[in-house]
Amino acid sequence: MTKNGPFALAFNALVIAFMLAPLVVVCVVAFTPENTLTLPTTEFSLRWFRAVFEHSDFMQSFWNSLWLALASATIATLLAVPAGMAITRYSFPGRDFLNALFLSPLIIPHLVLGVALLRMFALVGGTGSFGFLIFAHALIVTPYTLRLVVAALVGFDRSAEQAALSLGASQATVFKRITLPMILPGVTGGWLLAFISSFDEVTMSIFVTSPSTVTLPVRMYMYATESIDPLMAAVSALMVAVTAVAMIVLDRLYGLDRVLVGGHK
Amino acid sequence: MNAHARKSTPWWLSAPALVLFTVLLLVPLGLTAVLSFNVYDPALGVKSGEFTLEHYIHLFTDSYYYGIFWRTFWISALVALICVLIGTPEAYVLSRMRNPWRSILLLVVLAPLLVSVVVRAFGWSMLLGPEGLVNGLLGVFGLGPVKILYTETAIVIALVHVMLPFMVIPVWTSLQKLDTGVENAALSLGATPFTTLRRIVLPQVMPGILSGSLIVFGLAASSFAIPGLLGGRRLKMVATVVYDEYLHELNWPLGAAVALVLLVANLAVMLSYNRLVEGRYKKSLG
Repeated sequence: MTKNGPFALAFNALVIAFMLAPLVVVCVVAFTPENTLTLPTTEFSLRWFRAVFEHSDFMQSFWNSLWLALASATIATLLAVPAGMAITRYSFPGRDFLNALFLSPLIIPHLVLGVALLRMFALVGGTGSFGFLIFAHALIVTPYTLRLVVAALVGFDRSAEQAALSLGASQATVFKRITLPMILPGVTGGWLLAFISSFDEVTMSIFVTSPSTVTLPVRMYMYATESIDPLMAAVSALMVAVTAVAMIVLDRLYGLDRVLVGGHK
Repeated sequence: MNAHARKSTPWWLSAPALVLFTVLLLVPLGLTAVLSFNVYDPALGVKSGEFTLEHYIHLFTDSYYYGIFWRTFWISALVALICVLIGTPEAYVLSRMRNPWRSILLLVVLAPLLVSVVVRAFGWSMLLGPEGLVNGLLGVFGLGPVKILYTETAIVIALVHVMLPFMVIPVWTSLQKLDTGVENAALSLGATPFTTLRRIVLPQVMPGILSGSLIVFGLAASSFAIPGLLGGRRLKMVATVVYDEYLHELNWPLGAAVALVLLVANLAVMLSYNRLVEGRYKKSLG
């Protein structure tokens, strides 16, 4: 294999700097002791992080986002495991349709989903309901869990299952004792990816949240359109931290490269 | 297990997901399609019994909407082009690196994908603002300050940042299938590195480049947070206009019409282009 020349390496360094620049700036400015968005030059201060924890709106939105992401990722996983089994293990008329339908939130703009769900919720009187919001998020994160479940099931050696069945185990036992443990990395990887996607989602949520169910990204979006101060940088740095923790766990459990490269076509 | 039960098993397994997708995807999309044909009265709101084509006619004749569709189109096309020009060589350079740098740097390029787009937009608004780092750097060279924030340039820069991973992933995937033996054969037969790149590598990663640019175009055309935070109040793209119609103008039928035009345009580009790409490369690459 030929090596990269100095020009290629310089190009690479520039791209890496470009990708990291906005995230690094956000995290550094969050520590400023000043009242304006300036890089901390003399000292690092935690005052803006303290301000975030004392800001009741941001804290409420944080808890909303956290519960929402936990609940919707769990629902999405519970739906994706049986659906993934149906799609990979049976050939039946309508299989391609179901597969396309369950993956469609990846290609339908979230804006369109937000508009459509707003109409639906308005008609059934569910506007601002946290329960509806959970199911709306479950809908958009199901494709992520489904993909990883399907990937786990496709590369699956079924001889252990057949052995258990021939030895008299019931279908339920086989699923619980053999199938599930074997696809578990895909299932937990999918759950985490769903969690991150739900926690980050803004475009659809902005249409279907009410003042009491506003999620953290929506709150940040609204805050940033009105004022820009270091409080926003501190919230952003905390967001980056939460995402980074989830990413590290995801990497240990499943492999981040597999999620990222295999997770998006 | 009898044959009938076997046949219905996959449907039972998919039933919970199917219910969710019917109730929260198919039905709402249908309702929105109906809504976009409903008469809207500024005083009385939506008249659900009366239908009109007025909103669609309005979209395609009013120069305000025409301008927004055009801006959305050229910004997305430009973003896709820049992503091709940066993402393809970047994926190539990364693929020629050795571990551990290869995997570490690939993750550095791809991981921002998982950070909320609001955070990334905010980061860029700090970098590109009048007091930001970019203008600071320009000042060192005696240039500027230049107004970047709240211009189309800011939207393009931030969208390239958000979309680049979607370009690198498919190119990287097709580079993994590349047989380095062929590359080495070309080099040993006296081809220059540039010829090898152009005649051997590029044709094989072309499907990756095409599908990447397609995804980038589609996602950029429907992006919301980036134009919302970096375009300011006056520079609208399709998604921010829909938001305005829904939450400020309260003209839901018109907003629904814009959203559906976006959906149909997006699906048309994705599906037809995808078919074209697949058809052409299945034939030539087997």
